[in-house]
Amino acid sequence: MEPKSMSELDALGVLGYLEQHKNKSLLRVLACGSVDDGKSTLIGRLLHDSLQLYDDQLAALRSDQKGVNAEGDLELAMLVDGLQAEREQGITIDVAYRYFSTTARKFILVDSPGHEQYTRNMVTGASHADIAILLIDVRYGVQIQTRRHATICSLLGIRNIAVAVNKMDIVDWSEQRFREIEADVHKLAKRVGITDATVFPVSALKGDNVVTKSDASPWYAGPALLPFLETVQITKSMGELTRFPVQYVNRPNLDYRGFSGTVSSGSLHVGDAVTIYPSLRSSTITGIDTFDGPLTAAIAGDAITVVLQDEVDISRGDWLVPTGQRVTVATNATAELVWFDADELKLGTPYDLKLATSKVPVRVTWVDYRIDVNTGEHHPAVTLEMNDIAVVSLELEQALPMDTYSSHPGTGSFILIDRLTNATVAAGLIRYVGAADVSLDGGGATTRVSAEEIALNKLIREKYPHWQAIDVSVFQGEGI
Amino acid sequence: MSELRTHIQQLEAEAIHIMREVAAEFKKPVMLYSIGKDSGVLLHLAQKAFAPGRIPFPLLHVDTTWKFKEMYAFREQITAQYDLDLLIHRNPDGVAMGINPFIHGSSKHTDIMKTIGLKQALSKYGFDAAFGGARRDEEKSRAKERVYSFRDRNHRWDPKNQRPELWSIYNGEISDGESIRVFPLSNWTELDIWVYILQENIPMVPLYFAAERPVVERDGVLIMVNDNRMELLPGEEIRHEMVRFRTLGCYPLTGAVRSTATTLEAVVEETLRARTSERQGRVIDVDQAGMEKKKREGYF
Repeated sequence: MEPKSMSELDALGVLGYLEQHKNKSLLRVLACGSVDDGKSTLIGRLLHDSLQLYDDQLAALRSDQKGVNAEGDLELAMLVDGLQAEREQGITIDVAYRYFSTTARKFILVDSPGHEQYTRNMVTGASHADIAILLIDVRYGVQIQTRRHATICSLLGIRNIAVAVNKMDIVDWSEQRFREIEADVHKLAKRVGITDATVFPVSALKGDNVVTKSDASPWYAGPALLPFLETVQITKSMGELTRFPVQYVNRPNLDYRGFSGTVSSGSLHVGDAVTIYPSLRSSTITGIDTFDGPLTAAIAGDAITVVLQDEVDISRGDWLVPTGQRVTVATNATAELVWFDADELKLGTPYDLKLATSKVPVRVTWVDYRIDVNTGEHHPAVTLEMNDIAVVSLELEQALPMDTYSSHPGTGSFILIDRLTNATVAAGLIRYVGAADVSLDGGGATTRVSAEEIALNKLIREKYPHWQAIDVSVFQGEGI
Repeated sequence: MSELRTHIQQLEAEAIHIMREVAAEFKKPVMLYSIGKDSGVLLHLAQKAFAPGRIPFPLLHVDTTWKFKEMYAFREQITAQYDLDLLIHRNPDGVAMGINPFIHGSSKHTDIMKTIGLKQALSKYGFDAAFGGARRDEEKSRAKERVYSFRDRNHRWDPKNQRPELWSIYNGEISDGESIRVFPLSNWTELDIWVYILQENIPMVPLYFAAERPVVERDGVLIMVNDNRMELLPGEEIRHEMVRFRTLGCYPLTGAVRSTATTLEAVVEETLRARTSERQGRVIDVDQAGMEKKKREGYF
């Protein structure tokens, strides 16, 4: 089989072909679905049909006794399932990355598992994605786990999903069944806040409507999945205001002092007046340097080195922001927290919080509520276990500039690190910056715990354990 | 991600970001230098990340003593050109034992000279972070490895105990004796590497280009006779053929491919038209679970 791209190579010549590849845009796609939905098969199909597989990989599959099923179809999932342990268990247990490109785009496919206990992996995968493919088995329709996937995508700021209703061949390509599921998907998307949900009838095993449109579904007027991904416009934004967290101070000699970093959002220009956070000093950008020469401007995603007019004291973790663009610097925040670690969250214990290029000790002072990702319901909680998602109150040991995740994901996201084990124990998305109001779900950021409260709390904890009240005596005398 | 930048620009910026993170957060980073094309790209990116300054960490070449002669010559040239601090380590035990891939086989040679040699060097200098040029598209077990890949005191990788990695926030926290392997090219594909080499005019070892070279066909693999340490088996004869290498390593373990590609453009064209994956020429990767096992033991 001659790869599609070869005819372009013939037409464009090698330099023209490379030029075309160089100028492709990048789309990061999260693939989510459960073990039995055929996700690995779909990915294998995308790689196979877009001719990204090499002969030796296919030969290895054909020679493997499990590589071909009874009907002679290649078990494409085996190309995708990576580690030994998962090959043995027949499930995908971690996040894997696949790469392929078409003439239109280069794709990074983030493959994350569907099992509930691996919510953390899906969150990890979603943090790297612009759009998600959600697999649904046509026989079962929208399931609890579909809701979970959609909820997590929405939480992480993904606004576009492509829903592949798979195994259509098993239901004889029933349009009625497809339309029912399509309607359910749109209802679900609306409920969880996904603005763009597009639904596709596919058979990953047979290859229908994955790369090319299938004759099996004459009633389906839309495109196949891959052509859709090649053209879809992404609604997710990096943020409107300019954020430049300083990463590294470059001082090779006494005459040069540059501030290296990646523009997180917005743009910087030579001549811009900038304010440095949190010190609130100000200066003017006199140069934006790169190895390839100076620039007059830089945009989100550019890795640059900024030179300022004045000798201002700036170190890693500081932000440069065009003067007049508001930043909130605070020691308190409310955030959604996704707990990753096997050890549960310890309220009041310091963890390290890493946000942009800063690292500061932080305590989680309060769990406002836990979110049931299957139903969207809020539940009271006193701690968090692995795969729990909750809204919590944070108290930082020093004031940091922060943004909300929904406005500026790059400077509104963080991880928590256990200071003893060094494990990444949680991922967080800032909801509000600053001390929250003292209210039921606000966390009471400034309250001191009085003796009366401790007594009442003790009584409640003894008489009404099902209220799951936390023990507030640990905060005696402290602001919580 | 910005739609206004091409994916190559985005990959470049991402790699630079990762290198600056490591330089800012670790006490003693090092860059593993294998002399191959991915190493060349890595080095070029390091130069970009810290310009106008020098690269603020040394390079380490773990020398198995069986690399191609052309690779050693190239290494010297690059060290001068980039103004590098280059460290070279050879496993002294392996040298004393006279480890020879022709006699002791590929897995023993790789284990002693590469894996153990690397671990010795990392421990000897006390490096807490080591950059490598590995890409996730190379091999299935690499597809799941993190950009910051945690190694315990014995330099071991535990695929079941990897730290979750979100956004572009990396957890580089370690205790004494532990280290992180860092892979800034994780998201690059082979095609991206070639596009970048061409675009940036990155110097490459001449072995990547076709030339008439002395080769012997052994077990279906074309092995180049690079010095007099290679003894011919009965029935073998040296032929002079136009060949080149798609990947470089120890010469007894690296298969050549027949090729007429003598320019970078031609090499890239040949790669694009190739329908067999890059690592196939490597004798050391033939067993299916091989790479994962080697990585658990501390191999890159």
